[in-house]
Amino acid sequence: MLTVLGYNIGPMLAQGMLGLINGAFYAMLSLGLAVIFGLLNIINFAHGALYMIGAFVAWGLLTYLGVGYWPALIIVPILVGGFGMLLERVFISKLYKLDHLYGLLLTFGLALIMEGLMRNYFGSSGMPFAVPESLRGATRLGFMIMPTYRVWVVVASFVVCIATWLTIEKTPIGATLRAATENPALVQAFGVNVPRLVTLTYGAGVALAAFAGVMAAPVYSVNPGMGSDVIIVVFAVVVIGGMGSILGSILTGFTLGLVEGFTKFLYPEASGVVIFVLMVIVLLLRPAGLFGKAA
Amino acid sequence: MEISRRTLLGTTAAAAVSTLPLRRARAQAKPVFKIGVLNDQSGPYRDTGGTTSVICTQQAVDEFRSQMQGYDVQVITADHQNKPDVGAGIARQWFDQDGVDMITDVPNSGVALAVAGVAKEKNKLHINSGAATSDLTGTQCSYNTIQWTYDTWMLAQSTGGATVKAGGDTWFFITADYAFGHKLESDTTALVKAAHGKVLGSASYPFPGTTDFSSFLVQAQGSGAKVLGLANAGGDTINSIKQAKEFGLTMDIAALLMFITDVNALGLDVAQGLHLTESFYWDLNDKTRAFTNRVKPKTPNNWPNMAHAGCYAGSLHFMKAINHIGVKAAKASGKAIADAMKALPTEDDCFGKGSVREDGRGMFNAYLFQVKKPSESKMKWDYYKLVQTSTPDKAWRPLNAGGCPFIKA
Repeated sequence: MLTVLGYNIGPMLAQGMLGLINGAFYAMLSLGLAVIFGLLNIINFAHGALYMIGAFVAWGLLTYLGVGYWPALIIVPILVGGFGMLLERVFISKLYKLDHLYGLLLTFGLALIMEGLMRNYFGSSGMPFAVPESLRGATRLGFMIMPTYRVWVVVASFVVCIATWLTIEKTPIGATLRAATENPALVQAFGVNVPRLVTLTYGAGVALAAFAGVMAAPVYSVNPGMGSDVIIVVFAVVVIGGMGSILGSILTGFTLGLVEGFTKFLYPEASGVVIFVLMVIVLLLRPAGLFGKAA
Repeated sequence: MEISRRTLLGTTAAAAVSTLPLRRARAQAKPVFKIGVLNDQSGPYRDTGGTTSVICTQQAVDEFRSQMQGYDVQVITADHQNKPDVGAGIARQWFDQDGVDMITDVPNSGVALAVAGVAKEKNKLHINSGAATSDLTGTQCSYNTIQWTYDTWMLAQSTGGATVKAGGDTWFFITADYAFGHKLESDTTALVKAAHGKVLGSASYPFPGTTDFSSFLVQAQGSGAKVLGLANAGGDTINSIKQAKEFGLTMDIAALLMFITDVNALGLDVAQGLHLTESFYWDLNDKTRAFTNRVKPKTPNNWPNMAHAGCYAGSLHFMKAINHIGVKAAKASGKAIADAMKALPTEDDCFGKGSVREDGRGMFNAYLFQVKKPSESKMKWDYYKLVQTSTPDKAWRPLNAGGCPFIKA
């Protein structure tokens, strides 16, 4: 068998595939964060909690109303996105004039409240959520067994990421949004309702988190801690990619998934810190991140 | 002197008022023993310990209240967040300032070893129920620590032993990278090797915070081993098993530490057929069912597992020991209470008749269960079939094999 650095190529390929799958989650989550930060300048610490809420709403729809995975994939982002808009209107919109730190503290507090409430009610072990019938099974690739569902995660995540990027960079709506961020007063003068646009953008960012939550439900256990497990890594992804850079967060998400995957194979004990080591290196060499524009 | 009616009334009233605080003072003077339930109330081990442990400890106190001889018992609680420094800090404050006499539960072996150290230093008592490491009654044993419910050696012996006997002679471990995971792995490795089996590899993952185990599962599958040994617990075990099923793992899974609360979270669809070991199950006999019926209304969504039951039984035996040696001696020394607990036989609804050994090891039956198929389960929480019962002499590590400094080898 082929070897690289003394390791068989088969297992390395397998770890690469698995890393890519985790990277898909990092990309989807960091994408929402980047949209919210890039366009609204809010460091949304509640993102992980909203991802968790997304998974729980999917579980609740299935358990109490019999609504399956596929409808949930549409319904949950709308519901949770709506909830996000409510949060933005009631709390976050009051802080736009203040320093970023206030938004960070507020959203961190909201995340703790959401997690605490869920934990109090549902416990910490998590809820079972089965893989949908049509995506069960696995394919034998020779070097590994690849579950169909995980392939679907990578494909769906890729499509969502590209669609979001295109919407913001290449469509009139995206142009208006970017303009509104640069100069809200001027855009308002053109007759655009900027506060409403901002609320909708926050809602869209949250909907992305909720979508990732539904995608994650069959893979990880649906539990109140699932958001806080992942949010710190996702923040590192956003920082490495360049705060607010949408393309940066997508590419970095997938790449860091790969790096983490290989670390799990070569030296598993370090897999928890490798991303942060990279973050330190990137911050030292390029403080604005790999794809960020220096302020 | 002539006593007027007014003076008489006034004096009587004053006397009545002045006796009130006196009486209250006397009530306060009744010594209070404090039990501190220290566990994970917000993280991965919340359901295996958490508030259900507090409820079970309080249950023991409430049931025993009529037999308390001249003292009262109060239960307080705190969250150690799975951090040894936080746990040791709380233990220190409890012993030094808050008058706590005994700390119970303490899942997470890292925290448990730290708290056991503090209990020894302060000559207080630690009755562990939630932590697994067999070092608590082995190399790190202490006169002030009792380990009630289970340990890594017993899990390895029961679950691991059954797996080896069924032909599982080559193993790969997925291990939580801290005291507990490594101890469970090494205890099981010793057993596998003793049966002329082989360990083909292992992966230690960062704890807490790992949610994706696919990478380790693929490594395990690639190793060619017949058995996947999961040296982890709680949410990590749940995720490992769920993902093993997803990746179509063809190996036998030995979930070396699994509680009924984990099975409940996995669902029988995924968990069916797994073997696991507990020293308590709610549906074992009339007494365990009676106990469960008493606490169930207070914790309807999280029925007691062995760690919860251990908090109940350990606290009950603690109070019996206080009765035995008297309040003064018990207040003076945690070791004295522990000695009495070792001298007295144990008996309670959860673990039946048993004892506490010299090294602090609780000696009860260990039960190997198999998780039922969904079709065999009549109701929620009806999850286990009893496969094998290990009597105390078989279930636990021999007294002289643990390396406990005060036990003669």
